[in-house]
Amino acid sequence: MNENGPAKAVLQLNEVHTYYGRIHALKGISCRIPSGGIVCLIGANGAGKSTTLMTICGVQPAAKGEILFEGRPIHRMRPEQIASLGISQVPEGRQIFPLMTTLENLEMGAYLRKDRDGIKRDLEKVYSLFPVLKERRNQLGGTLSGGEQQMLAIARALMSRPRLLLLDEPSLGLAPLLVERIFDTIQEINRAGTPIFLVEQNAQMALSISGWGYVMETGRIVLADRARALLEDEQVKKAYLGE
Amino acid sequence: MVRREIQRFCIYTLFLTILVLPMVGMRGPEFEARRAFTVLSVLVGVLLLTTVFRLLRETSFYRNLGQRIRQRRDRALGKIQVLPRPVALGSLFFLLALFPFAANNYVIDVAITVLIYVTLGLGLNVVVGLAGLLDLGYIAFYAVGAYTYSLLNLHYGIPFWFALPFGVVIGSLCGCIIGYPTLKMRGDYLAIVTLGFGEIIRLVLNNWDNLTKGPNGLLGMDKPKLILPSFSDGGLSWTVVPLKSLPSLYFVILAVALLTVIAVHRLNNSRIGRAWIAIREDETAAELTGIPTTLLKLLAYALGAVFAAVAGAFFAAKLSYTNPNFFVFLESCVVLSIVVLGGMGSIPGIILGALALIAIPELFRELASYRMLAFGGAMTVMMVLKPEGFIPATRRKRELHEEELESEEAADE
Repeated sequence: MNENGPAKAVLQLNEVHTYYGRIHALKGISCRIPSGGIVCLIGANGAGKSTTLMTICGVQPAAKGEILFEGRPIHRMRPEQIASLGISQVPEGRQIFPLMTTLENLEMGAYLRKDRDGIKRDLEKVYSLFPVLKERRNQLGGTLSGGEQQMLAIARALMSRPRLLLLDEPSLGLAPLLVERIFDTIQEINRAGTPIFLVEQNAQMALSISGWGYVMETGRIVLADRARALLEDEQVKKAYLGE
Repeated sequence: MVRREIQRFCIYTLFLTILVLPMVGMRGPEFEARRAFTVLSVLVGVLLLTTVFRLLRETSFYRNLGQRIRQRRDRALGKIQVLPRPVALGSLFFLLALFPFAANNYVIDVAITVLIYVTLGLGLNVVVGLAGLLDLGYIAFYAVGAYTYSLLNLHYGIPFWFALPFGVVIGSLCGCIIGYPTLKMRGDYLAIVTLGFGEIIRLVLNNWDNLTKGPNGLLGMDKPKLILPSFSDGGLSWTVVPLKSLPSLYFVILAVALLTVIAVHRLNNSRIGRAWIAIREDETAAELTGIPTTLLKLLAYALGAVFAAVAGAFFAAKLSYTNPNFFVFLESCVVLSIVVLGGMGSIPGIILGALALIAIPELFRELASYRMLAFGGAMTVMMVLKPEGFIPATRRKRELHEEELESEEAADE
C-alpha cells in the first residue's frame, strides 16, 4: 500500500506550500485522489483545509511543490484554465450569486461550455438531482434557504461537467436531516462517475462516505489512511469524533 | 425610536459644533463668532429637519403616501408603455434630431454638455455598475482623450476622426495601466488607488510644461470636419466642412452618445456582461466557475476608459481648448453621482441622471454657489428615499428593496 494514499490518482499533490502574505498556510501537503472514489480531508478550523482547495483551483497559487491533474502539472495555471480542465469547486459558505436567479446561477456554472443542448440536458439532470431547484428556478439565489443554497452551489459546480469535484464544508450550518440528504447526493454524484475531494469538519459524516481520509493540523497532513481505519483510530476519535 | 432619534440629533449637533466652530470661526488669530454661529445654526437646522423627517417616515401617513405615489407612477408608466417600443424609441430619436432646429445656442450648448456626460456616465457604468469596481479617478481617461487629440492635432495636424482611434488605444492602455496594479484590490483600497491615479494624471498634465503647456492649457485645435459632396462647378466635387456651429457639433456628440448606448446595451446582455455581474456579486465564486476574472476586470477598465477618451477628444475639439483644471476630482464625483443617482447598471437611468445633474443646475445658474448646496441636499434626500436611483436596473432594485418587494408580493397573494 502506498504511504501517501491510494494508487492511480486523478489528482496528486506533492509537497505543496502556500503562503498568505507571510503566513505559511500549507507546509508541504502531499495527497492523492483516486479516480472514481471519495477522499476526505478533515481537521479543525484554520488547519488549512480550505486553503488546500483554493490552491488546487489556483485561486491561492502554490508557492512551492507540484499539483498533477490526470498526470498533468496544473500548479502554474490560472483559475480559469484549471476550471476548464474540469476541476470544479463548491466553495465554503455557499458562495452563490445572490442577485441572480437559480437558473442564472446554474447557467453561470456552465460558463465555459458552448454546447447548448448538452447544457440543457445537464440542467434537467441537476433538476432531477435537486427537484427543489426546479421549483425555485426563477427565485433569487440570495432568497433561498441555507440548504437550498448549498444544493444550488453543488448543482452549479455540476453544470460544468466536472472531472473532479471539490467540496468545501457542505454540511456547514445545515440541520442534521439536510446534512444527511446532501451527503446522500454526494454519494449519488460519485456513483455516477465523478471523483470527489471532500473537506469537512464533520469528520464522522465525511469519513463514513469516503474511501480514504487525510487529517490535517496547522498546515500539515498528520494522518493518512483508509477512512474505515481512521474512524477506528484512537487519536482521531479523541480529537475529531468527540469520543 | 423617538428617543434614539433625539439622542442621535444631540450627538450630531455636538459633533458639528466641535467641527464647524473652529473651522469657520477661526480667521487668523480672531474668532468670528457671528459667522461661525450663522453657519452652525443653518447646519443644525438642516439636521433638525432631517430628524423630523426621519421620525415622520415611521408614521403610517408617510407609508401610505409612498404607496400612493408608487401607484400613480405605475399607472403613468403603464400609459407610456402602451406605445410599442420601436415607435417610442423612433419618436424619441426624431425629437432628438429635430431639437437643435428649435432651440437657441445656449440650450444646444447645455444639451451637448449633457450628452458628453451621458457618454461618460455610461462608460463609468461599465466599470462601476457592471463589474462592480469603484473608480474615483474616472475623469483621468476623459483628460487622456482630450490631450491625445489636442497634442496629435497641434503637432501633427491629425484631424479629429483620425485622432479618435489613437485616443481609443491610448485611453484603453491607460485603463489597463490603472487596472493592472489594482487587480488584487477590492472595495476601499481600489477606490483610493483610482483616486490617486486620477490626481496623478491631472498633476502630470499640470506640470509637464514642455508638452502640455501646464496650467495654461492647449489652444487652437481644429473642430471635427465632415467631407460633403458639392455640385458648385457643374460637376461633383468634395469639400471639407469644419463643424463650427453648435448644432453640427450637437449631432456629432449625439452620434457618439447613441453609439455608446448601443454598445453598453449590447454589453449588458452579453456573456461578458453576465460574467462582470458574477464578478461583482462574488469574485471567488466567479473565479471558480472558470470566469477569467483578471482579464475581464482589465477589459472593464479598458472599455470604460475608451468611452471617456472619445468624449474627451470631442470635448477638446469642441472648445478648441483644454487645460488640466477641467479634470479635477470633482468631475469624477459628478460622473459617479450620475451613475449612482440615475441607477447603476441602467441605461435610461444614467441618461436621466446626466440630465438631472447637468441640465438642472444650469437652470439655476443665477443662484450661483447655492446650487451646490441644493445639489448636495437633493443627493442626500435621493439616497435616503431611493437608494437604487431614478430608474434602477431590475437587479439592483431587487437588492435594495427586497423586503418591500417581498411584502408587496405577499400582499398580492
